[in-house]
Amino acid sequence: MTEWLNVILQGVLIGGLYAMFAAGLSLIFGVMRLVNIAHGDLIVLAAYIALMVTASLGLDPLTSLVLVVPVMATIGYVLQRGLLNRTLGDDLLPPLLVTFGLSIIIQNGLLELFTADSHKLQAGTIEVQTFQVMQGIWVGALPFIQFIVAVAVIAGLQQLFYRTALGRAFRATSDDQAVAQLMGLDTRHVFAMAMALSLAIVAVAGVFLAVRANFDPSIGPARLIFGFEAVIIGGLGSMWGTLVGGVILGVAQAVGAQIDPGWQLLAGHIAFLVILAMRPQGLFPKVSG
Amino acid sequence: MHDPLLDIRAIDVFYGDFQALFGVSLRVNAGEVVAVIGANGAGKSTLLKTIAGLMHPRSGEIVFDRMPVGTAPAFNVVKRGIALVPEGRRLFPSLSVEENLMIGAQSKRPGPWNLARIYELFPVLAERRRLPSTSLSGGQQQMAAIGRALMSNPRLLLCDEISLGLAPIIVRDIYARLPSIVGEGLSVVIVEQDIAQALKAARQVYCLQEGRVALQGDARDLTRERISAAYFGV
Repeated sequence: MTEWLNVILQGVLIGGLYAMFAAGLSLIFGVMRLVNIAHGDLIVLAAYIALMVTASLGLDPLTSLVLVVPVMATIGYVLQRGLLNRTLGDDLLPPLLVTFGLSIIIQNGLLELFTADSHKLQAGTIEVQTFQVMQGIWVGALPFIQFIVAVAVIAGLQQLFYRTALGRAFRATSDDQAVAQLMGLDTRHVFAMAMALSLAIVAVAGVFLAVRANFDPSIGPARLIFGFEAVIIGGLGSMWGTLVGGVILGVAQAVGAQIDPGWQLLAGHIAFLVILAMRPQGLFPKVSG
Repeated sequence: MHDPLLDIRAIDVFYGDFQALFGVSLRVNAGEVVAVIGANGAGKSTLLKTIAGLMHPRSGEIVFDRMPVGTAPAFNVVKRGIALVPEGRRLFPSLSVEENLMIGAQSKRPGPWNLARIYELFPVLAERRRLPSTSLSGGQQQMAAIGRALMSNPRLLLCDEISLGLAPIIVRDIYARLPSIVGEGLSVVIVEQDIAQALKAARQVYCLQEGRVALQGDARDLTRERISAAYFGV
């Protein structure tokens, strides 16, 4: 019994990471209907930037976020203004193709710079610290922090979306671009801010990913799939739904791995497919007007 | 005579290869209400979209407050003081009534209009400020759309088909507020299919027919026959 509880708890905690993969994807799809195929590779790029920052400045990985987050946000802003805004229009295909190309460029660029060797960020003793929540149930400090950060990121996004002028601009632009412009909103800037925010979250996700496990330039696309699955399970446009989606995916993977280590990914995909078949709109779709 | 606030000089506007406006000229003086009437497809909405910067003339010129508008994008045009109430209201469905009004203030122009003044003008919006904009009736949505445009503190307000789809009593109610809007020193261009309403509200009337100005003049001097002739092209 406690063994299964333990498994489920670990799944919930890893779900926080998946929710962070998903939140950025969901954000930019919601604001500008852009499906970012390079999202997973940008997570890996963030991990490599964190690797360079920690190696050159001797910072702790979590402290390195102070630099990695603004760097990734800047990359997001420039990428959107310089490239992705040009692909947006009535057709969904151009942004898909361009971000697919971007994915290949990032992977190969990282391969050139860092080779195919895998790396991991060292966070020191915090990686092995655990605490007991109840008899027989132990939680690692790092997965716990990761989950709390994920909840904070989702809550922060929710607040930003519904309580700030920027969030209002995001929602208005998402509703009606032409009228948003009539209100004085430069939609190119609004989109770039959305991408900057998306990649700021990607930076956090990338650092936690890199502390948790080995990474190399090729692992981006699988993270993209996890992100997509969490978004679709949770329901497009819903921030808290994204967290639930990440948790369901994490628990399914953990349970699968407990049954047989080879079933980890399969169990996650099956959970996704079952929910897609039963509730194609996801568990908590955004209520649209 | 001093310069008009808005001076449109012989503009040609195209949708791709299709020409929607042919050499249209129009002047709006400060504090004046001008009505643009015409049948469906005459180019009225195109004219307003062009003034607001959503479309740009291929030739001719639009001068606002003695400065050419050029090819400024819509988000800069509103900063210069031109606000459009679009056809069909087009409130943002994801935003509450108050958020819709607040986003109108995005351009941060100083002036007399703020939330309190809008709620004074349209008290029903104050009661429903927290509700989703989709919960408003058609007339209330129109009030919110006008309020949203006023929040940018424009010098020129462009109203596209305010009466569209609304009951006559509601249209009268909305038009009854026009004097208090103009009283703040605003100029207004109204595009209307409801000719009687337009003639009552405006001083100058322009009638468009197939993208050309078929008739223009003082609202008090134009006879029903002349307007019908220009309107229907007979």
